[in-house]
Amino acid sequence: MEIVTKKEGSSAVVSVTGRIDAITAPEFEKGLTALMAGGDYTLVLNFTHLEYISSAGLRSILSTAKQLKAKGGKMLFFGLQGPVKDVFKISGFGSIFTIFETEEEALRQV
Amino acid sequence: MSRSPVNIRIPATLESLHPLIEFVTSCAQRRGMSQARIREIELVMEELLVNIFNYAYPDQPGDVEIACRPDDAGNLMVEIADEGVPFNILTQKDPDRELGIEARNIGGLGIYLVKRLIRDIRYRREGNRNILTLTVDPATQMNS
Repeated sequence: MEIVTKKEGSSAVVSVTGRIDAITAPEFEKGLTALMAGGDYTLVLNFTHLEYISSAGLRSILSTAKQLKAKGGKMLFFGLQGPVKDVFKISGFGSIFTIFETEEEALRQV
Repeated sequence: MSRSPVNIRIPATLESLHPLIEFVTSCAQRRGMSQARIREIELVMEELLVNIFNYAYPDQPGDVEIACRPDDAGNLMVEIADEGVPFNILTQKDPDRELGIEARNIGGLGIYLVKRLIRDIRYRREGNRNILTLTVDPATQMNS
């Protein structure tokens, strides 16, 4: 797994490549926590190159989203592909989070 | 194809995750299952194994054993055994998927995903062993 972050206005766009599984989820969550600690409260997750996510990754997302919400921040997603999109749908994450097709659409909603 | 079971037995730790998943996905590959179904099997195995790694052996280390064999109906039978504390995942309550971010609980999602992807799962306690038997049919369950 690889995480690359860039700033777009007041948002941090976080691009994740590879897999978020039980082994990589702690590192993923640590990355998000570090952004929050640095004052980034709007996280836009780019999952265009994310191939796989398990419940360990979903737990990291939910735990980060709860902390963001408490600070008045939020988490948005775009670019979900096949299996990742399916896991979001089945787990109900598709309805608790706002999911966009492209980065432009996601940033327009910030 | 040989009907005899093939098996692997290694310590129930996170380092064993990928070897155990690969063991099962290569069984599925030999059965000629689609890449899409193999990805689902990968997810199922991760969820079940991480559950065993985290909860089966609270006091002392232990092993996980997996055996694969084809059945006569074109399915792959996967048996996952541990000698840990008795735990039947099938009695776990499904998470409420309607709840919002604040109310939503962190646990329970993994087993829910497993139940959505594998239609036939059986649990039995045999002596000191938890044994889960999955009947993995070749049809994909997720389709976006």
